Amino acid sequence: MFDLDLWREIFQSINMNRTRSLLSGFTVAFAILLFAILFGIANGLQNTFQEAFGTDANNSIVIFPGTTSKAHKGLQVGRRIQFTNEDREFILDKFEDKVQFITSKVNRSVTASFKGEKNNYELRGVYPEYMFIENNVIKEGRYINHNDLDNNAKVVVIGRTVEEDLFFKETAIGKYINLSGIQYKIVGVFTDDEGDSEESVIYMPITTTQFVYGNNDFVDLMHLTYNPEMSSDEAMAFGNSIKNSLKDKFDVARSDQRAIRMWNMAEGTKQVDIMTTSLTFIILIIGFGTLIAGIVGISNIMIFIVKERTKEIGIRKALGASPRSIVSIILIESIIITAIAGYIGLLIGVGVLELVGPSLKEYFITNPGVSNSLVVGATITLIIAGTIAGYLPAKKASQIKPIVALRND
Amino acid sequence: MLKINQLHKSYPIGDSSLHVLKGIDLSVEEGEMVAIMGSSGSGKSTLLNIIGMLDEADSGEYILDGLPIKNLTEKKAAVYRNKFLGFIFQSFNLINYKNALENVALPLYYQGMKRKERQEKAMFHLEKVGLADWAKHLPKELSGGQNQRVAIARALAANPKLLLADEPTGALDTTTSYEIMAFIQQLNDEGKTILMVTHEEDIANMCKRIVRLRDGVIMEDKKVEQVRAEQYV
Repeated sequence: MFDLDLWREIFQSINMNRTRSLLSGFTVAFAILLFAILFGIANGLQNTFQEAFGTDANNSIVIFPGTTSKAHKGLQVGRRIQFTNEDREFILDKFEDKVQFITSKVNRSVTASFKGEKNNYELRGVYPEYMFIENNVIKEGRYINHNDLDNNAKVVVIGRTVEEDLFFKETAIGKYINLSGIQYKIVGVFTDDEGDSEESVIYMPITTTQFVYGNNDFVDLMHLTYNPEMSSDEAMAFGNSIKNSLKDKFDVARSDQRAIRMWNMAEGTKQVDIMTTSLTFIILIIGFGTLIAGIVGISNIMIFIVKERTKEIGIRKALGASPRSIVSIILIESIIITAIAGYIGLLIGVGVLELVGPSLKEYFITNPGVSNSLVVGATITLIIAGTIAGYLPAKKASQIKPIVALRND
Repeated sequence: MLKINQLHKSYPIGDSSLHVLKGIDLSVEEGEMVAIMGSSGSGKSTLLNIIGMLDEADSGEYILDGLPIKNLTEKKAAVYRNKFLGFIFQSFNLINYKNALENVALPLYYQGMKRKERQEKAMFHLEKVGLADWAKHLPKELSGGQNQRVAIARALAANPKLLLADEPTGALDTTTSYEIMAFIQQLNDEGKTILMVTHEEDIANMCKRIVRLRDGVIMEDKKVEQVRAEQYV
């Protein structure tokens, strides 16, 4: 069926009837063009949503202690809950398989100085895993490691802004920075693409922070990321079970909403997911509609073509063309026109997105574009569409009786 | 070569039906050159279409080269047409976007012949009808007589047992008609069996046998002294 001669026949026919082929290709090209642009815009909207959540891991859960609002097990209302180092181990023990990274955190505000330059920054006592939760990138040097924690090392990692403020472009690595009267060695500088406020931060091993600021094992909050393979529903259930086991551990009533508080990214993620799904759904319906319009268009034109070529088909049949070879000619012509025209439409669509994309940022559309998998999918769809569009006309053509076709006009 | 027994054919026209062929008996031997004559509506074209397997009889027997032609599938009819028959039409019926060579090669394409072989063979037949120099020309660039010669080359290309011609000179002026007839006579001299529908007496007299139809029956079937066409050219 796919011999070279057949292709030669088809290309000759397309080539000899250029206007006709162009016209029939136009509908499909236009349909795919619209589809690509719509799809790109939808992608752009999605990107905007995702960007709104920053580059922090979007599978984060933050747990804060609070004050009890209900009496429970003989304990009074208004009791303050205090997390300690042990609580991190407690969560890890209990939910190890669901936790990706976990860190306890101590937050302080410090005045940092170096050679007369002075400024206030946020100090965070953390575990090394925090780097992955915040998606920080080390610009120079290294991050805090477990060795630092074990030795209560007096080392810090500073944000890019801190380096710029205090060190004026000279490298900060290996220098000593003064935080509230104590000297710490700077081992690394990091960047965070969330911007200045996240780069005006100093990280310190949590054990050092606890030792210097109170000599205890108190923790202000815990920050973890859950296994990214969990769905948002699973993640919300997971968050609740952490909350419940902590409530039990601290003898807090399960119904107490204030004692242990939680901020679970999964809630936001779920809303974005719903939004994204409905958006994709709408786009798919519109896209499918345009595609069907394209198919109907090309089918129409193919029927017209068959009518126009009735005589030719009759001649071919009289000369010994089998019905099958007639079907092949019409069908493959339809597929070729659809595929080529569709591809041109797709290319133009992608081109338009590339060209106009950057200027659409103010309309909540970020980086509109179509993925490679969509291009492949669209190509397959086009071939199927061409087959559908060509089938009826081809069938019709194969049923032409040569005697009718050859009757003298 | 060809044998027809009690062939009937009618066409529905509105509620009634038109009985076109009312029991035709005809047999043609190899090497004959037969003209089928009759006024319009006599059934001569219908008979030719049935012989050409472009149409099917309601009842009766049709045997071509020992093969009974009955209840053919479309596919089989296509194979038989390709193998046994060559058609020459009044309006040439060439494919307008193909040049002369490609038109002649088309039946060979449907035989599954290789492109190179096909083109060589088509060229040979074009030479035979004297149009080798016009091989790359489209039908619209050729005269009526030339087009009919291309059509004859096409009919001959697949080396058919039987040539069927439906008013082959109907669209041509007298001189060109005689040229074409001279050519067809030459083919017959070489041994091709030819069956031709015409309503022109002078053309019919250039055949070897005339079958006259009227109202769906054979009125007369006689051998004639062939008038050679060369003398008029």
